[in-house]
Amino acid sequence: MGRFDAYHSKVLCDHLCEQIHRLAKRPLRLMEVCGGHTMAIRKHGIPSLLPDIISLLSGPGCPVCVTSPSFIDQAIYLAGQSNMIICTYGDLLRVKGSNGSLEMARTEGKNVRVIFSALEALEMARREPEKMIIFLGIGFETTAPATAAVIIQAKKHAIRNFFVLSAHKLMAPAMEAIVSNDIPINGYICPGHVSAITGTSIYKKIVEDFRIGCVVSGFEPLDLLQTIFMLVRQAETDRPALDIQYSRVVKPWGNQKAIALMEEAFETVDDWWRGLGILNASGLKPKASYHEFDAAEVFQIPANNISDPEGCICGEILKGLQLPVDCRLFGKSCTPENPEGACMVSSEGSCQTYYHYEHRR
Amino acid sequence: MNTDGKRIMLGHGSGGGLMHQLIRDVFFKIFDNPLLNSAGDAAVLPRRANMMAFTTDSFVVDPVFFPGGDIGKLAVCGTINDLVAAGANPFCLSAGFIIEEGFLVKDLETIVRSMATEAKNAGVFVAAGDTKVVERGKCDQLFINTSGIGYLADERTTWQQANPICPGDHIIITGSVGDHGMAVMAARNQPDNTTGFQSDCAPLSILFNELQDKSAGIKYMNDPTRGGLASSLCELTAKKEFGAAINEEAIPVKPNVKGLCDMLGFDPLYVANEGKMLIIAAYDKGHQLVGQLKQHPLGREACRIGTITRENPGMVLMRTKIGGTRIVNMLSGEQLPRIC
Repeated sequence: MGRFDAYHSKVLCDHLCEQIHRLAKRPLRLMEVCGGHTMAIRKHGIPSLLPDIISLLSGPGCPVCVTSPSFIDQAIYLAGQSNMIICTYGDLLRVKGSNGSLEMARTEGKNVRVIFSALEALEMARREPEKMIIFLGIGFETTAPATAAVIIQAKKHAIRNFFVLSAHKLMAPAMEAIVSNDIPINGYICPGHVSAITGTSIYKKIVEDFRIGCVVSGFEPLDLLQTIFMLVRQAETDRPALDIQYSRVVKPWGNQKAIALMEEAFETVDDWWRGLGILNASGLKPKASYHEFDAAEVFQIPANNISDPEGCICGEILKGLQLPVDCRLFGKSCTPENPEGACMVSSEGSCQTYYHYEHRR
Repeated sequence: MNTDGKRIMLGHGSGGGLMHQLIRDVFFKIFDNPLLNSAGDAAVLPRRANMMAFTTDSFVVDPVFFPGGDIGKLAVCGTINDLVAAGANPFCLSAGFIIEEGFLVKDLETIVRSMATEAKNAGVFVAAGDTKVVERGKCDQLFINTSGIGYLADERTTWQQANPICPGDHIIITGSVGDHGMAVMAARNQPDNTTGFQSDCAPLSILFNELQDKSAGIKYMNDPTRGGLASSLCELTAKKEFGAAINEEAIPVKPNVKGLCDMLGFDPLYVANEGKMLIIAAYDKGHQLVGQLKQHPLGREACRIGTITRENPGMVLMRTKIGGTRIVNMLSGEQLPRIC
C-alpha cells in the first residue's frame, strides 16, 4: 500500500502553496461540495497554508446534511411496522426527524440495521423472505448507481420483499441553485467521485452561463492544492473553465455503465434540500416500471412537513453564507455527541468537520 | 478431559459437578498458581509499603481470535497496561468469564492458555476467577472481565504529584499506532486474508518494570486504547495550563495500517492500540528514555512525536505532513465498536 504517499509530498505542496500565494491578489471564495473534500481539507490543515484572502466554503455536498427531516420520520414509521427491517448506511442513524433519530428508534427495539452496501440489503431480503427489507437510498450520483443496480437485480430475480425508500439527489441542480441565488462564489471544487460517474458535462452550465470556474478534484492534499491553484489562476485571469485535476480517475464522459443503470431504474423528481428548498428535477425515485420496489409507492406513509430546530443555521451554512461558528447552537447545544442540526451529524458535515479540526474549546 | 468438539453447556455455569469439572480441568490446570489453587472464596494478598493501584476492564472483542492475539491475551494485557500506566508494577489479576452456551471448550482452553502465558510473561498471578454461562444468543461467544492490582514503584500516589508536567517536556510514543484496531478490522472484514496485520497486544510491564522509578524521567503515562493516540493526548491536555504540539510526520504508522485506514475512512490517530504507551518525559531525560525504550523489543520503534507547550493551553495542535496546522479533538461517537 502507501500508494497515496506521492500525493502528500511536502516539497510539491510547498511549491503549490508558494504559487497560490504569489497569484492570489483579491479575496476569493471557493466552495467545495463534497463531504470527502470538506474533511480532507480540514484534516490536512490546508486552510492554514493558504493566503487569508482565500476562503474555503463547504456547500451542500454531504448527503446526510441535505436530507429532509421528514425522510427520517418516514423511515422511523416504516421501522415500527411489523415484519419490516430498515437497512441504512451508518451516517443516517443519528439524524433527527421530528421525533428522534433512527438510532433512538433502534434502542426502542425497532428494526434498524446498518449496512455498508445496497447489495447487503438485497442479500438480506433473499435470506429472510418472511421479512420486508426497506433500503434507505441516500447519496448523490456516487451511491445512486448501486441502488439502481439492486433495484434492477430485485426485478430480475423477482425478489418481492425488497424495497427502496429513495432520497437520492443530483449534485448539479444544487450547485446551480447556489450561484443563481447570487451567493458570491469564485470557483467550485467539484466532487471527484460524483464526477467519476457523471463526467463533467453536468458543470457546463455553471461555467458557461454563470461564468464560475469548475475544477474536479481528487482527495489527497496535493490534489486539493493543485485544484485551488487552478481555480485561483482562473479567477485572477478572469477565464473560468471546466477542468479535471483528478484525471487519474475522472473522464469527461464519466462512467457510462453506471449512468445507464441510473437511467434504467430512476427518474428525476423535484426534491427538497436543506437551505435551498425545493429544486426542479434534483431528486431520484424509481421509475414507474419499478414501482413495486418503491417503498413510497407501495406503503402508505404519513407525510408531515417539519423544519430544522430553532436557531439552527444549517441551511445558511450549506449555501456558504455563514460559517459553523456563526451559529449560536454550535459547540453549545449542538455537538457531535449531541447533534441538533444535520451538518453536525455526519463525520463529513461541515459543522462536525469544523468542530473536529478547528474548534478551539 | 478430551475436549474435541465439546461445547459449553448451561450446566457448566450451574455451580454443580459440571462447573467444578470445568474449573478443575481448564482454569485451575492452566492458571496453576498458589494464590488461585487455595480455592477459597477470595484470594488473600500480601501487604506492601507502597500504595496500591486497582483497575478493571471488560473485553467483548469481536472476533475472539484475531491476528496477533485473542480475547484472553487482550484481557490480561489490557489490565496489566492500565496498571503500568498508573505507574504500578502489576501483581495479580482476577478473571470473570461470561460464556455463551455452545462455545467450544477447545477454544476456551486456547484462550485461557494464552491468558496464562501472558500472565506468566509479565510475572502476574491470576488469583481469582468466576464463570457464568448464558443461553445461546444472550451474549456473543465469550466476554471476559479482568481486574488487577499492582504496587506503585515508589512512595508517590499519582504521576502529577511526583513531578508536574511543564512546557518543553517531550511527548513520546513507544511504537506504531493503530495496529490493534486494524488487525481486528481485518479479521472481521477479510478473515481469509489478514496477512501482514498483527495486533500489538502485549503486556507493557515487561518494558516498564525497570523504568517506573523517578530517575527515568517519566512524568505521565497513558495507554492509548479505544479512541487511540488522539484521545489520550486530549485527555492529557484537557483543562490544563499547557498544550501539546505534535508532528504528524513523526508518528509511526505501518503502511498497511495506513492503507486499510484510508480505505475504511479511519484516522490512525483514533484507532485502538493494545501494546503502546504514550509518555510525557522531562525535557532533560526524554532522549535518554527513548534510547532505553528502543533497547527492548516492545519499544523498538519508540520515538518523540511532540512537545508540551505553554501556548494553546488545553489543546492538541498537530503539524500535518504537508506543513499545515490543525487541531486534534476527542473522538466523538463510536468509530469501531467492540474493538477490545
